[in-house]
Amino acid sequence: MRKLLLESLFQSALTEAPPAPDEAALAELTQSLDRAARRRLGRSLSIREVDAGSCNGCELEIHALNNAFYDLERFGLRFVASPRHADVLMVTGPVTKNMREALERTYAATPDPKWVVAVGDCALDGGLFAGSFAVTGGVSQVVPVDLHIRGCPPSPTALLKGLLALLERAR
Amino acid sequence: MSFLSALADKGNRIAAHRPWPRVVVDADAWRQAVLGVAAGEATLLGLWSDGAAVHMALIAEPAATGLLVVSLPCPARRFPSVGATHPPALRLERAICDLYGLEPEASPDTRRWLDHGRWGVRQPLGRREPATADGDAYAFNPAEGPPLHQIPVGPVHAGIIEPGHFRFSCNGETVVRLEQRLGYVHKGIDGLMQGAPLEKAAKLAGRISGDSTVAASMAFARAVEAALGIEPPPRAVYLRALMAELERLANHFGDIGAICNDASFSLIHTHCGILREHVLRVAEACFGHRLMMDRVMPGGIAADLVKAGAEAVPILVRTIRRRFPELIELYDSTASLQQRTVTTGILKDELARQYGAGGFIGRASGRAFDARKTPGYAPYTELRLEMPVRQEGDVDARVWVRIEEIKQSLALIEQVLAALPAGPINADAMPPPHAGAEGLALVEGFRGDILSWVRIAPDSTVARCHLRDPSWFQWPLLEAAIEGNIVADFPLCNKSFNCSYSGHDL
Repeated sequence: MRKLLLESLFQSALTEAPPAPDEAALAELTQSLDRAARRRLGRSLSIREVDAGSCNGCELEIHALNNAFYDLERFGLRFVASPRHADVLMVTGPVTKNMREALERTYAATPDPKWVVAVGDCALDGGLFAGSFAVTGGVSQVVPVDLHIRGCPPSPTALLKGLLALLERAR
Repeated sequence: MSFLSALADKGNRIAAHRPWPRVVVDADAWRQAVLGVAAGEATLLGLWSDGAAVHMALIAEPAATGLLVVSLPCPARRFPSVGATHPPALRLERAICDLYGLEPEASPDTRRWLDHGRWGVRQPLGRREPATADGDAYAFNPAEGPPLHQIPVGPVHAGIIEPGHFRFSCNGETVVRLEQRLGYVHKGIDGLMQGAPLEKAAKLAGRISGDSTVAASMAFARAVEAALGIEPPPRAVYLRALMAELERLANHFGDIGAICNDASFSLIHTHCGILREHVLRVAEACFGHRLMMDRVMPGGIAADLVKAGAEAVPILVRTIRRRFPELIELYDSTASLQQRTVTTGILKDELARQYGAGGFIGRASGRAFDARKTPGYAPYTELRLEMPVRQEGDVDARVWVRIEEIKQSLALIEQVLAALPAGPINADAMPPPHAGAEGLALVEGFRGDILSWVRIAPDSTVARCHLRDPSWFQWPLLEAAIEGNIVADFPLCNKSFNCSYSGHDL
């Protein structure tokens, strides 16, 4: 273990330079973040992730945001265990009918001001699962969405771009 | 005469089902099949319905010498329960009843499983009876006694995890009973498959569980190819194996790191996360997608190996061989970590056998089964592959099986690259399906064997398709493995199983 730790001291960091905030995402956000909210939150946002029926592909890439390459916490963004501690709900999946109430209750448990980021193509409009008896067809059918991050699944870089856009507006 | 061939003689063989036989039997033969499975003469690989009949896929034991699908028509909309005699079938039967309305007679568990009373319709793939969508109450199995208390967890969990509900009954810190309630991420995939063109169906198959997208796509593609009687070209077959082993590497690194993290040992988690990211980046360099979604298609593969990717793979193998041994040593020599994983969450070998537990869960409890070896499929039949098996059945054994499998995957990747044939990556034009074309495939994902059954309609769309994720038979075993452990060890046990919610809920 000592060797491993020592190596880490001398090795250059794996963490990569942040990507530029996503332009389209910035445009989408212009309306949703007011000045007061920005003042209150500063540059730090707590995120609660909610899987509302994803295939787990998005979760794998959201997990990757925490690895040494993307290192999400350097931006003041961190994942929290309870919606009560969250500023942002990050929701994946087409929102299955079996998860609808759980998502609504999670949203209700999140204190204001709050934002909802819908992640993945099926979170936008149901994607491949649209039209099924078992899905509602997208996050915005259930809770108001402030930002969509597209992709199936979006890469960690795409996720970062979207979140940085959110941060830019919240600053 | 073996049990399966005797059973096959009792029914009418469906000629269009490939590559293994499917026979239509009467209720008596169905009951005999169930008794044989319960007696351990065959392992249940899957139980599903197409609305008109129920089908049961069996593999012979002990030598796994053959596969057979047994079908029972259900004109009266009921069938003799398999779960009443063989408990591993219970949840599968409840799912059939929810979706199609075919009732398992004399089943000991008639509670709804996937249907939470939220769809606005009952039997959505059967009679489609309108219903309210207010949600059903669910009767958990009781655990009674003065000192017991309950801990309800989920469906929304405290991490970046899929949703499901766990109900713990505890005596102080000790778990007396765990009961799962799943189905929260049911997306209606069996229903969406009906009438889907092959291309859309392949995409759906690649999304039953995102972490196993390559393996599930391969299972679907192989079933379609069997049904249509086509062979993907050798280059595609080898590149599929490259993708499958990259997927296995990425997931095993993720799992080993996550297990250590749940024992609060974040150093290994961090380094495994780095190795996992290396694998995903090489996957993207090779095939243009980090998880390799939609890269395996019926007839071949959607993207050939890019030159830059082909050069990156040997470097990846070298990097892992250089960095990983140190992590293994650290895992093995850290007493505080071993204290958490050794003898925790023991799964007994009888249960692993009875449930046909696939993957590292079965192999850590003495069940030496790997679909790459038995029944086996190309190109693995031409490659050297050793199967690590452990007997202890605890969290530690499940970590070690993964460690050994990482070494095997690295060796397989080298063999694939060394023997990679040139040539096309797709079969010539798809032939029109013969009447009632049906195919079955069994493919080893990182988590275990994925069963895929497909019936192709005359217009080349999917008439029916059922994909059975290994988690169906692994989730119930987690309930058994946690018994008598402390609540704080549940995350460890759960991570060491790493069952799929989405793959199970469909």
